[in-house]
Amino acid sequence: MIPAAFEYEKAGSVEEAVSLLQRFGEDAKILAGGHSLIPLMRLRLAQPSALVDINGVKELNYVRLEGGKLRIGAMTRHVELQNNDLVRQNVPMLAEIADEVGDNQVRNMGTIGGVLAHADSAGDYPTLALMLEAELVTNKSRYQAKDFFKDVFTTAMAADEVLCEVVFAVANGPHKYIKFRRRLFDWAIVGAGAQKLNGGWRIGLTNVGPMPVRATAVEQALASGATPEQAAEHASDGLNPSGDLRASPDYKKHLARVLTKRAIQQAQGA
Amino acid sequence: MAVTQLVGAKIHRREDPRLITGHGHYVDDFLRTGMVYAAFVRSPYPHARVRKIEVTDAAKAPGVVAVYTARDFKSVITGATHPATPSFVAEKKHVPERRPIAETEVRFQGEPVAVVLAESGAQAVDAVGLVDVDYEPLEAVTDIEKAIKPGSPAVHEGAPDNICWDLAYAGDDVTAAAFAEADVVVKERIHQQRLAPTSMEPRGVLAEYDPYDKKLQIWMSSQGPHFIRLFISGALGLPESNVRVVSPDVGGGFGSKISPYPEDYLVAAAAKLSGRPVKWIETRTESIQNTTHGRGEIFDIEVAAKKDGTLLGLKVTQWLDCGAYTATFSAFQPCACLMAGGAYKWKGISARTVGIFTHRVPTDPYRGAGRPEATHLAERAVDLVAREIGMDPVDIRRKNFIQPQDFPYTQNFGLVVDSGDYDKSLDKALELAGYKELRQQQADLRKQGRYLGIGLSTWIEICGFGPSAATAPATGGIALVESAQVRVLPTGSVIVYTGSHSHGQGHDTTQAQIVADTLGVPYDSIEIRHGDTAEGPAFGYGTYGSRTLAVGGLAIHMACRRVIEKGRKLAAHLLEAAEDDVSYEQGKFMVKGSPDKAKAFGEVAFASYGAGLPDGMDQGLEATAYFDPPNFVWPFGAHICVVEVDPETGSVDLQKYVAVDDCGTVINPLIVEGQLHGGITQSIAQALFEEVVYDPESGQLKTGTMIDYAVPTANEIPDLVLGSTVTPSPSNELGVKGIGEAGTIAASAAVINAICDALSPLGIKHIDMPASPDRLWRQINQARATAGNGQKGVKA
Repeated sequence: MIPAAFEYEKAGSVEEAVSLLQRFGEDAKILAGGHSLIPLMRLRLAQPSALVDINGVKELNYVRLEGGKLRIGAMTRHVELQNNDLVRQNVPMLAEIADEVGDNQVRNMGTIGGVLAHADSAGDYPTLALMLEAELVTNKSRYQAKDFFKDVFTTAMAADEVLCEVVFAVANGPHKYIKFRRRLFDWAIVGAGAQKLNGGWRIGLTNVGPMPVRATAVEQALASGATPEQAAEHASDGLNPSGDLRASPDYKKHLARVLTKRAIQQAQGA
Repeated sequence: MAVTQLVGAKIHRREDPRLITGHGHYVDDFLRTGMVYAAFVRSPYPHARVRKIEVTDAAKAPGVVAVYTARDFKSVITGATHPATPSFVAEKKHVPERRPIAETEVRFQGEPVAVVLAESGAQAVDAVGLVDVDYEPLEAVTDIEKAIKPGSPAVHEGAPDNICWDLAYAGDDVTAAAFAEADVVVKERIHQQRLAPTSMEPRGVLAEYDPYDKKLQIWMSSQGPHFIRLFISGALGLPESNVRVVSPDVGGGFGSKISPYPEDYLVAAAAKLSGRPVKWIETRTESIQNTTHGRGEIFDIEVAAKKDGTLLGLKVTQWLDCGAYTATFSAFQPCACLMAGGAYKWKGISARTVGIFTHRVPTDPYRGAGRPEATHLAERAVDLVAREIGMDPVDIRRKNFIQPQDFPYTQNFGLVVDSGDYDKSLDKALELAGYKELRQQQADLRKQGRYLGIGLSTWIEICGFGPSAATAPATGGIALVESAQVRVLPTGSVIVYTGSHSHGQGHDTTQAQIVADTLGVPYDSIEIRHGDTAEGPAFGYGTYGSRTLAVGGLAIHMACRRVIEKGRKLAAHLLEAAEDDVSYEQGKFMVKGSPDKAKAFGEVAFASYGAGLPDGMDQGLEATAYFDPPNFVWPFGAHICVVEVDPETGSVDLQKYVAVDDCGTVINPLIVEGQLHGGITQSIAQALFEEVVYDPESGQLKTGTMIDYAVPTANEIPDLVLGSTVTPSPSNELGVKGIGEAGTIAASAAVINAICDALSPLGIKHIDMPASPDRLWRQINQARATAGNGQKGVKA
């Protein structure tokens, strides 16, 4: 459980982080909370040549409500998302998801930017970003969430690109995210989110493919007046999840339907 | 005996402040001058020929001190390694020789082929990647059902059928009559998945060899350092007296730190070869991969009963996955056969055990070791019969329990159950659980289409290994008694050396409670020492099988009594009284009838080191004792689990868990509760969460981290409702039994019985472990499809 050797530098600003990434080259990685990256390094599944530590970049740690948008700095930690009033009032599902990330140690260190940039298919924030059409802002460009996630552990960002901010439109209507797992601190076997927004429903799914999924077929069915039960039957349309130790592909598809139904019902009931 | 003051008291563990503030001393806390770090090159294949090992690049890597392969160890490891004890199977068909490092063929993933020593741990791990091993992968078999089929690859040439042993304890002639008069016969196949022991502290070894004195010192995370000294001194050709093994603070073992491991021999040998102290600390992945696994069995059972619920006969076949070798205590697990009858009376039980080689890491005892499997099958068997005849699970148990007046009760395999009152613990558990109300609630919920289940486990256990007559043949010579030495210092404080070993059980506290009461001295003046072969009696037997209190505690008690006897003689001399007139109470030797004529314990201790002792008495106040118990001890209890199964997702909500356990006289209720919390959790873990999984095609371990090997946490375990009854053991003076494994032995059956009860309206009779949501969902779907009741089946 000893990582391979790597270089390490602390960055004090985004600008400095970018120049360090350029200096170290393609095999360098940004170190944010480290709760995904460091375990991978200890197992030597990841062997970055260098780590650029951005924990000291204070300009990336904020939550602001500006022009009807919730702007969250990439280094904002789960514990802040759990407790921040602006988050709880304007995108409450984000705070509720943060409540259920890992354990206290993970929530004290892990960051929203780290989860999004890591792009693990079992991560919950990517699903939320996708279904709420969040904008992801880097030092170079602005991405719509649907254009940001390219594959499992793969985003549209270049090697010297730093995720700086996530921008959510206010979404404080009925909502529910259900994270189905065996142990409280586990990643989702499957996750399903439902959010009422601008008179319609947004439905997202976690860990049913290499990337987060927006269940547009469910959204459309609901818009056409289907019941949650009827609409949720479409949650597995087009899905081709891979099986793992915890769930077979058909069980994941089944969970996608059941959890979607429950998320919509519980959101309606709330 | 002194008036009981501390025995039975809820005293907090006195070792805890040290351990929880980081002041413990685990193997990794020890540093030696010139120490190097070892890392192992391990086979990635379950089965392969080793064509060539190229170490040149690794040997030149920064910080590398040496790279050793099998050939290098031949001159150092000259004796036999990895003994396989008879345990419960004296006659084995084939016991392969096992060497700690593979030379030409690897037989399980993780088997060592080379060792790298380097100045730092990181350098050692880096250099492991530079050792170039040329493997020729060979066909592997990692499944016992496949392993016994004709044409399966043989793990060892000497066992072409992969059978290590095949033993019938009792044949079908014993059960023929019972089955002939049966109204009902039920059959089931019960899987016991492989489990990884996952102690909080993984294994670790630090060894230092002094070439001038030819002395070897080893610091090691072990449950029994004296046995390790015996094994390692033999393998390295050193006199036993030249080897010292210290097992300092140890963070759990659960049975996985009894047997000697390849790394134990290799690190010691590497220290001798290199002339440098060598440290190796197991990683978590190495631990899940290479530390022996528990369970790994399939049981085929057949139960015969009358329609009034009378149990008649039981047939058991145990198919046990030995793994790639016969581990030291691998054949302990067949005790599942001998205990298969549980708490019930049977006309006949026939039992057969078959040990099977596979290309996986060997199995060995893991908390409960055979007894959880016995409980699981007995409790499942009883429930299956109850279901078949439509009887309440409580009633069928009561009808068949061994009764209080039957003890001592000689069970079907000749073991003598010392004591018990099974109805009493069941009564109490039913009351705590609110059984009647639960059944009503269940009926109400069923009307709403909800699946509540109530599961019972009225378990019994054999522990306190054990009487010399039974255990000496089982180990191959050394009787599992226990030793203790009590030394009273001149000023009256006491050092107790025990041959048992504490790796989380709280012995510093409970053993001091026994000493304080027996000697009548202050608790704080008693020091308990263990885990160092250089101290105390010549041999210590270690801690496993819930034996420490019922054997080791009695040895301490016995040595204390010997100290008092000598003290009494000396006190009589000092008080100028006849020996028979002197009694010992609450720390004072006094002349009967003249309480003012007395000598305090400390005064007598001081005098014992002075002049003017009685004729023939030598100085000092100390005694050594080896306690050989007359029988095993037999704890028991009743557990009740309440679950609700979500039929849509297959997930199980553990709503309530009640446990009423009887371990005889209780020394410290807090320690007992702690053991039950841990034990029950570990068994719920088997029922619902944990399983070591190998890819069926490649034989690769798929659960190599704690992400995939799902050890539950406090979040997943409901608040446990604990109660107790006290039925003192007649087998020892303290009336004590054991409690270390009780929870693990009891709980899996209660959980699975509850799930089966919950799903009984669907016609589901049996569920294998772990009862994961995916597995339950699949089974529910299958049941609905079979029933053809119009409900939705699998849609994918």
